Amino acid sequence: MENENAIVNNKELRLEVKNFNFYYGQVHALKNIDLLIERNKAVALIGPSGCGKSTLLRSMNRMHDLYPGNRYEGEMILYPEKLNIVSPKVDPLEVRMKISMVFQKPNPFPKTIFENVAYGLKIRGIKDKDLIAQKVQKSLENVGLWNEVKNRLNQSALGLSGGQQQRLCIARALATDPEIIVFDEPTSALDPIATAKIEELVNVLKKEVTIVIVTHNMQQAARVSDYTAFMYMGELIEFGETKNIFTRPSKKLTEEYITGHFG
Amino acid sequence: MMVNNQKAEIKKSKNKEFIFLSVSLILLAVLAITFSALVYDLVSNGLSRIDKSFMTSFPSRFAEKAGILSACVGSLAVMGVTCLLAIPIGIGAGIYLEEYAPKNFITTIIEVSISNLAGVPSIVYGLMALGLFVQKFGFGASILTAGLTLSILVLPIIIVTTREAIRTIPNTIREAALALGTTKWQMIWDHTLPYSMGGILTGIIIALSRAIGETAPLITIGALTFIAFLPASPITSTFPFISFQWLKDPFTVLPIQMFNWVSRPQEEFHVNAAATGLVLVIVTISMNIVALTLRSHFRKKIKW
Repeated sequence: MENENAIVNNKELRLEVKNFNFYYGQVHALKNIDLLIERNKAVALIGPSGCGKSTLLRSMNRMHDLYPGNRYEGEMILYPEKLNIVSPKVDPLEVRMKISMVFQKPNPFPKTIFENVAYGLKIRGIKDKDLIAQKVQKSLENVGLWNEVKNRLNQSALGLSGGQQQRLCIARALATDPEIIVFDEPTSALDPIATAKIEELVNVLKKEVTIVIVTHNMQQAARVSDYTAFMYMGELIEFGETKNIFTRPSKKLTEEYITGHFG
Repeated sequence: MMVNNQKAEIKKSKNKEFIFLSVSLILLAVLAITFSALVYDLVSNGLSRIDKSFMTSFPSRFAEKAGILSACVGSLAVMGVTCLLAIPIGIGAGIYLEEYAPKNFITTIIEVSISNLAGVPSIVYGLMALGLFVQKFGFGASILTAGLTLSILVLPIIIVTTREAIRTIPNTIREAALALGTTKWQMIWDHTLPYSMGGILTGIIIALSRAIGETAPLITIGALTFIAFLPASPITSTFPFISFQWLKDPFTVLPIQMFNWVSRPQEEFHVNAAATGLVLVIVTISMNIVALTLRSHFRKKIKW
């Protein structure tokens, strides 16, 4: 299969999406998606509005379970556990503990900066204060926020700028050592400088964690991702190495989208 | 030509604005004058009567010896029972309706009923309590009955304000918490509740300041108007040191005491009534000040 050819040399798998379908009530939103996501790589999902890229992303940490009438079909297997994360038998909480999410708009809790990052650890039952402090510092360092906030950890996170808030949200997602972080258009509410910082961050983070990022900005996809999936009308049209997708797409539709003919 | 038209239009609009502002100010002045007249009347009639012996004496057939001790204790006890019942149930119901209940026909009916209950005249609650608590359950005209009645009376207020407070929390915050792997309850306990606490507390205090002034339902359940003793003490000298006897004791409350004095022919009792009214107004205003302070305190901490 074409998709599988994209993964060269059979490198370590992180997530295998197999014949995945998703329904919002009667609406068939995702159709027969097959996707292989490699460990510690960044995968960009691109496509015009309404193509299903966010729907696919939100399936990965079972956010659709929060609202009634949604239904998953098919498989999404998380490695190395071999856990089908969209199976009704799997608790969405377990999935969300392994796969963190960063949202479109920065959404820090109206608590202190420290509490924001520590919250994920708290709900995982970690009580060791030193360990929490250590993890909080490491996460904030990883997102390049530590030097900016180390003297105001006990101040409200809402006092930070939009870009800082978004990096705080990434630190919050990172603190719990997730296997995958999914980003849902993380820079669409940010200015260009803050956007550049987040992109840089994604490039650094993928050394330690697998990243899936939805973006409507093709330059961003080209800058941050190793693999790119182009989606259209709920279907996965093309998936491959980012450099190939952007230089010699194999499908006409992909080429038209990338060159700006539609979407 | 065009320019002249514009100037005329602007002048017309400004005149309209002036008229609206004037009418608003006049109405505001009417309100302020009415309220000050009321307070002035109470103060001029009652203030001189408020002293230590007035606060610590039982009612008496001699106006100058009478006091509001039993009414104060009664109001306190009834409000205590009301708080214990109405606050947890009201907040719980509000959380359930806002965070858990599926949006379907049945919950819509429940929601509409709750809003309607907030507008039912209080004496109707008194009639219900007379039939249910006093007669059917045999609680008598006791503090327990009064507390139950008033808590049912103010429940809709607490439920509605709790829901409104919870609704102001953006959904993105809920998703942020849930995406980290919280259960719904953890999300509510750690986020929804603390962030909406200001609004919820305001609602509670508004509800309680309504309850403290209620007269009709308590007269309906048969509250006494002349009580020269206090309810049994909740703390006893013998094991288990706590007694719930006071729940079954008869009682009176401040507004009933006031009603009783005002309905007497002697002028001196009317002074007592004014003094009691002043005490009630002071209590209510202080509760509202507490509500405002709490709200601004919680709002300062949280800006969306």
